[in-house]
Amino acid sequence: MSDVPISHILFVSTALFFIGMYGLFTRRNMVTMLMAIELILNSVNINFVVFNKYLYPDKLDGIFFTIFIITIAAAEAAVAIAIIINLYRSHRSIDVENASEMKW
Amino acid sequence: MSASAIIFYLISAFILGTGLFAMTTRKIFRSAIWLLFSLIGIAALYFWLQVEFIAAVQIIVYVGGIVVLIIFSIFLTQQSGNEMPKQPLKRVIASALAVVLGFGLTFLQIWKYDFRPTTKSFDWTVAKIGSQMMSTGNGGYALPFEVVSMLLLAAMVGCIVIAMKAAPASSTKKAQEKESSIEKTKIEITEPEISEA
Repeated sequence: MSDVPISHILFVSTALFFIGMYGLFTRRNMVTMLMAIELILNSVNINFVVFNKYLYPDKLDGIFFTIFIITIAAAEAAVAIAIIINLYRSHRSIDVENASEMKW
Repeated sequence: MSASAIIFYLISAFILGTGLFAMTTRKIFRSAIWLLFSLIGIAALYFWLQVEFIAAVQIIVYVGGIVVLIIFSIFLTQQSGNEMPKQPLKRVIASALAVVLGFGLTFLQIWKYDFRPTTKSFDWTVAKIGSQMMSTGNGGYALPFEVVSMLLLAAMVGCIVIAMKAAPASSTKKAQEKESSIEKTKIEITEPEISEA
């Protein structure tokens, strides 16, 4: 436990964040973009827990932030999937390039 | 290198590998399954960090909830066997370059920063988390808890409203038709009386 330095754990969360960013940049399908957002949120959660555990072990704020982020991510995924399915009903496609009515 | 460190490096290689596959494979259903494995790996990382409560919440909410929701939406909106169209090479190269440079910059900052981890043990219990979550005093999280509960209610109502598929319009139309048919029958009933008179 103590022989793994904190920067190695932060390497994992940073790499996961940028993998999610890569998915968000390259994908044009709404469901896969939602998956990329989930990966990004998870990397942030790892960061909160690690900082709380290694730097401020007598407090619990990182744990609370992680719990709230997980809750909000669940609500966000539910609303996003409702919107995606509704968009699929009206456009027969969930590609972001095809949903440009509200762009301008 | 101790066994604990080896386990950590195995878990992180698993997380990053499956995450990378989830973001690069062109079959959308496989992408969802790779994401599932990545989230399970993150739960394993929480177990390794000895915050079992967060690991349990991660498995319940993400693996049991969100991934299942994503797989349902894939089944409702796609032919899951088809490959997604290839992205233009220019976009792939540009985004890969941006991501690698961003990662290098961020990790350079992390590497140069001098973290001073304390040697104290992390003492959390579920009872502590619960009492601080409900406390209104200094450092209590009662207000964010209430705000999040309102947010969940709003999300629930919003989902129902979005998913209703124009039901109110058709029901009002039906109601109008019913009213007009009732009026017609009234007229039909009253007409013979007039003719008799």
